[in-house]
Amino acid sequence: MSKAILYDSTLCIGCKACEGACAERWGLPYNDKIAAEETISAHKLTAIETHGDKFCRRLCMNCVQPACVSVCPVGALQKTALGPVTYDADKCMGCRYCMQACPFQVPTYEWSSRLPKMRKCNMCYERQSAGKPTACAEACPVGATVNGDRDELVAEAKRRLAEKPDQYYQKIYGIQEVGGTSVLYLSAVPFAQIGLRTNVPEEPLPETTWRVLELVPDIVSTGTVLLGGIYWITNRRTEVAKKEGRR
Amino acid sequence: MTRKLPKITVWRAIFAAILMSGLYATYLRVFYGLGGSTNLSDKFPWGIWIAFDVMCGVGLAAGGFTLVAMVHIFNIEKYHPILRPAILTAFLGYSLVVVGLLYDLGRPDRLWHPLVMWNPHSVMFEVAWCVTLYSTVLFLEFLPVVLEKFGLHKPLQWIHKISVPLMILGVLLSTLHQSSLGTLFLIVPEKLYPLWYTPILPLLFYVSAIAVGLAMTIFESWHSSRAFGRALELPLLMSMGRVLAVVLSVYLWIRFLDLSHRHAFALLAQNRIETWLFLLEIALMVVPMVLLYQQRIRSSPGKLYACAVMVVFGFITNRLNVGSTGLEAGSGTHYIPKWSEIAITLSIVATGFAIFRIVGEYFPIFEAHSVETAPAGMEEREAEPIEVS
Repeated sequence: MSKAILYDSTLCIGCKACEGACAERWGLPYNDKIAAEETISAHKLTAIETHGDKFCRRLCMNCVQPACVSVCPVGALQKTALGPVTYDADKCMGCRYCMQACPFQVPTYEWSSRLPKMRKCNMCYERQSAGKPTACAEACPVGATVNGDRDELVAEAKRRLAEKPDQYYQKIYGIQEVGGTSVLYLSAVPFAQIGLRTNVPEEPLPETTWRVLELVPDIVSTGTVLLGGIYWITNRRTEVAKKEGRR
Repeated sequence: MTRKLPKITVWRAIFAAILMSGLYATYLRVFYGLGGSTNLSDKFPWGIWIAFDVMCGVGLAAGGFTLVAMVHIFNIEKYHPILRPAILTAFLGYSLVVVGLLYDLGRPDRLWHPLVMWNPHSVMFEVAWCVTLYSTVLFLEFLPVVLEKFGLHKPLQWIHKISVPLMILGVLLSTLHQSSLGTLFLIVPEKLYPLWYTPILPLLFYVSAIAVGLAMTIFESWHSSRAFGRALELPLLMSMGRVLAVVLSVYLWIRFLDLSHRHAFALLAQNRIETWLFLLEIALMVVPMVLLYQQRIRSSPGKLYACAVMVVFGFITNRLNVGSTGLEAGSGTHYIPKWSEIAITLSIVATGFAIFRIVGEYFPIFEAHSVETAPAGMEEREAEPIEVS
C-alpha cells in the first residue's frame, strides 16, 4: 500500500496553511516575506502559486519511479515502500544530478552554505510511518490537499471527475506522467494553465539511462575478447615477421 | 632565443594574472559556497565546471586511450613516438578533471563516497568508478617514464609484465565513461533541446571523443615541437589527420542519420540561439573534415594544426551545448557563468599547460632517438624540410 497526496486545485483557497505547517514540520522559518515567495526553494519546500484566480501547489511529486533516486551516485535518495522519496544528507556529495534529472525541478540546494545539502519535500515520511497524515494535509482547512493510499486517492479523483464533469478538466495529473507520481492533481483548467509541466514523457525516466547502463557487462566482456583478439593477431603478425626477417 | 624572450614574459604575465584571479575565486568558493562563486540556481544546477571542466576535460584527454589502442592493440608501431605525450596529456587531463570536480561538488570532502556507497542504476556512479580506475591505469601507464628517469629497472619490469591487460582495461574503461558522459543526459528528454537529445547520445559522445583525441594529439605535438624546439613528427601527424578525417566523417554521418530519423531538421528553420550554436558546432566539424581529405592541407603543419584546433573547438561547442546552452530553454532559465567560474576554469587549463611544459622538460616524454634518427629518414620523403614556426 503506497501513500499519496491528492491536491484539488478547484478546492484550494490559497490560504497557505500548508506552507506554514510544512515549514513548522521541517523547522524552517516562516513569515510574511517567505509566504509571498511563489517558488519552492531550500527554505520553502512547498509553495502555493497563483495563476489568475486559480491556485496550484508545488511540492515533491514523490514519483513512483523517481529519476532522482536512479541518478544518485551514492544512493542518498531512496523510494520507500510507503511511497515517500527520502534523502540521506550524510551520504550526499553534492553532485546535484538529482536536480538536473528531476523533470519537475523539485530538488533545491543550499547554495550559500559552506556544507550544503539538497532540500525537498519527503511527503512527511516520519509522520506517515507513524500512521499520521502529512503536515500539509492535516493543516488544509478545505480538504484541497488530502493524504491516503494512492489507489484510493486515484479512485476518489475519478469519482470527483465523474460527479462534477463541468467543474473539472477531465484528467488526473500524475497518473501517466513519468510513469506515475505520488502527488495527484485535479484542476478546472488544462494543467499547463496552472503551471504544471505537460511535456514530461509518460515513460519512467530511469528507463532512459538503464537501457544503456544494462549493456555495460556486454560491452566489457565483448570488448575484452575483441581487444584481446586484435592484440593477439596483430602482435603475432609482427612476431612472425621478425622471425622471418631474421632468417 | 633572445627574440623569443619578451613573448614568453607576456605569456607568463597572463599566466600569473589567470592564477591570481583563480586564487581569489577559490577563496570565494571556499568561504561563500557555490552561491557566492557561481551563477548556478535551483533551475540550473550544472554550469561550466561540469560542461567544460569535466565533460570537455575528459574528452580532450581521449588521445591517451585512442593512441594506446592504435599503438599497442592494433600494433601500428609508427605512432609510438607520440604515445607518451598523449598519455601525459590524458593523465594531466584526468587529474585536472578531479580538481574541477572538487570545485563543483557541494561536498568535495565526500568525493570518495561513490566508491563505497553504491547505486549501479546511476550513470554518475559508473562514471565515478570508470574515471577513478582509468586515472589509476593512466598513472601506471605513465609510471615507466618516471621510473626510467630515475633508473629504477626492477619496478619497470613489473609494470611491463602487466602492461597488456592494463592497456586493454584502459581502452575498455575509456569506452565506458566517454560514452557514459552522454548517457548522463538521457535522463532529461524534456529539458535538452531536440537537436541534441537523442537516444544515441552515448554513441555520439564516444565517436566524437575519438575524433578529439586525435585532434588533441596533433594539437599537442605541434605545441610541444615549438615549446621544446623539436622537429615535428609530420609524416605521422599527416596520417593521423587522414584517420581524423575518416572518424569525423563517421561521426557526422551518424549525426545526420540520427537527426533525419528523428525528423529534427525542421527545427533548423527556427531562428533561435540553439539553431546557430548547432550550426557552429557542425561547421567546426565539417570544415576540418573536408580540409583534411586534401593532401595539400595535411602536409602543411600550420594548416593541419588549424584543422585540429577547429575540431577541438567543435568538440567543446558540442559539449557546452549538451551540458549547458541546450538545457537553458528546457529549464526555463538563463545561465551565464560568473567571472569566478571562468577564472577557475582558465586557471585549471593554464595549470595543465604549465605542468605539461615542466614534465616535458624534465622527463623522457619525447623519444630522443626517434627525433634524431627517424625524422631524418622521413624528411627525405617530404618535399620540403619541416618548418614549424
